[in-house]
Amino acid sequence: MTDATIITARQGERVQATLSGEWTLATLPTPIAALEARLRALTESQASWDLQGILRLDSVAALLLWRSWGQRWPDALAAGAAQRSVLARVADIHRDRRAAPRRPHFVWLYDLGRLVLRARKNLVDIVALIGQLLLDVGYLFAHPRDFPWREFSATLYKSGAQALPVTALVGFLIGIVLSFLSSLQLKAFGADIYIVNLLGVSIIRELGPVIVAVLVAGRSGSAMTAQIGVMRVTEEIDALAMMGVSRSLRLVFPKVAALSLAMPLLVVWCAAAGVFGGMVAANLEMGLSYAYFIDALPRVVAVANVWIGIGKGFFFGLVIALIACHFGLKVRPNTESLSTKTTTAVVTAITLVIIVDAVFAVFTRHIGLPGAM
Amino acid sequence: MTATATASTISPVVELRGVCTRFGETVIHQDIDLDVEAGQILGLVGGSGSGKTTLLREIVGLLLPNAGSVKLFGQSVSAANPQQRRGLRRRFGMLFQRGALFSALSVFDNIAFPLRELRVLDEEIIRDLVYLKLGMVELEAPHAQLMPAELSGGMVKRVALARALSLEPELLVLDEPTSGLDPDLADSFVRLIAMLQKELAFTVIMVTHDLETLAGLATRIAVLAEQRIIACGTPAEVLAVDHPFIRSFFCSEHAAAAMQKGLV
Repeated sequence: MTDATIITARQGERVQATLSGEWTLATLPTPIAALEARLRALTESQASWDLQGILRLDSVAALLLWRSWGQRWPDALAAGAAQRSVLARVADIHRDRRAAPRRPHFVWLYDLGRLVLRARKNLVDIVALIGQLLLDVGYLFAHPRDFPWREFSATLYKSGAQALPVTALVGFLIGIVLSFLSSLQLKAFGADIYIVNLLGVSIIRELGPVIVAVLVAGRSGSAMTAQIGVMRVTEEIDALAMMGVSRSLRLVFPKVAALSLAMPLLVVWCAAAGVFGGMVAANLEMGLSYAYFIDALPRVVAVANVWIGIGKGFFFGLVIALIACHFGLKVRPNTESLSTKTTTAVVTAITLVIIVDAVFAVFTRHIGLPGAM
Repeated sequence: MTATATASTISPVVELRGVCTRFGETVIHQDIDLDVEAGQILGLVGGSGSGKTTLLREIVGLLLPNAGSVKLFGQSVSAANPQQRRGLRRRFGMLFQRGALFSALSVFDNIAFPLRELRVLDEEIIRDLVYLKLGMVELEAPHAQLMPAELSGGMVKRVALARALSLEPELLVLDEPTSGLDPDLADSFVRLIAMLQKELAFTVIMVTHDLETLAGLATRIAVLAEQRIIACGTPAEVLAVDHPFIRSFFCSEHAAAAMQKGLV
């Protein structure tokens, strides 16, 4: 490949610019701005142009020439037919001349309004999804043979069984940290043995369900959104609909049902690991014996707390799966939408879980706590 | 100047020597030699699963053959030097079967993407070039703001072609250029490619099993069967080869009519 070259010579009154070599994107000398400045300077000095020595002229180079000529043909130009046609093509570009839409004033007001409207639409759609699920449940009572067992058990395994190690590990570590930090405080008051009450209530009633919910929302919620989203992108959901298979019954219902079942079980499992971790830490830090801890736990922590934890697990699972499926079904066929919807699903699910948790705390404040007993 | 001109006539645009491909136990290609000279339009045909697309991916360097060498413009595609490799990749464009448009970018940004990646052009030139390419593939300026999801199948192909041509490559690689288009659209797409080829004088390699496309475009045909290239030459030469695959592929009644139409 030969580089693009310009040779200038003075011929009588005029400057003669002779261009030769390959004038293509790959061979143009960089920086291009310098080249363009040189071409413009030649145009200003009313040069006559000879392009016949150019071996190859591509649109980029032609565009540069055209621009430096001030968007018009120069007075003196020697060029072959092929070069003229390339230049003519560049001269005839149809640009989109519409002005970019003007940004309105009070952009934030529009954004806020759009946010509210979108939230409303999401709310309506979620209510519709819940209604559809209730109809599905009614249908399944009438036709128990249509229960999607395979999908149900697959979700149970993927979101439940496969989450056992990570929830146990996290629960155990939280138990250790909590026990260790509280024991330092309790020792100062000489109230060592209250560690059992503290850990029992906080982990079983509060931390276990919330930690599992956060883990499951990140783990299974995102997976559900992405799965349904990709099925929408690849038109698999339309294929299902064509075969007369209800997408809510086959895709959404098994996920919601399986997660609502798996979550309470995971909560029990995670809380057990947390209490165990707390017990180990209490033993190491304060010398509290395992026997005492196990003996005291049922005495100081009412069974109601376990039921509250399990109940929270059920509702959290319901919320996470519903939100995940809802946003999965809203994915539009492009990569950007897939990623934003997955993010939104996880963030919304965790936020809603915390809100539901707060509601639980208010309505169960008289149950299972020492003051209420 | 003359030296490069002769050099480019000597080394073919694409040169395959002894290419062998295996996937596990299955042998896909055995000892394939293929030359494509500048300015040719080569149609690569073969039965389903004969490894046409695999061969195409090896030519553009997306896949490494188990043995043999692939050279583009006289340079190995798997050259060690990344700088060289990047330079080489800018000299050809590929049109993927399903377009492979970046779904998160608008039509405009899709076409502008390779130009922006060069980092030597200013936004104004890029904008002009994008509208130039849009015009070349017979799309209108307002289409530039659409997202790939809003395009019809034919438009996706056109935008993908515009993107493949955005750097004005010397070699254009087409994977099933007309698949998924109705005959009318396929016909106009073939005419578009032929017109652009005449105008920009690039070399084309295409995989297709659409005889109309083949007849309308190809100046040479290579037939892939039984793990090797059983025939390569002008359409007339290939039709004259006596081989069961070629007979069944080209010589059914419909096929003969299509080829006749193209040859006449």
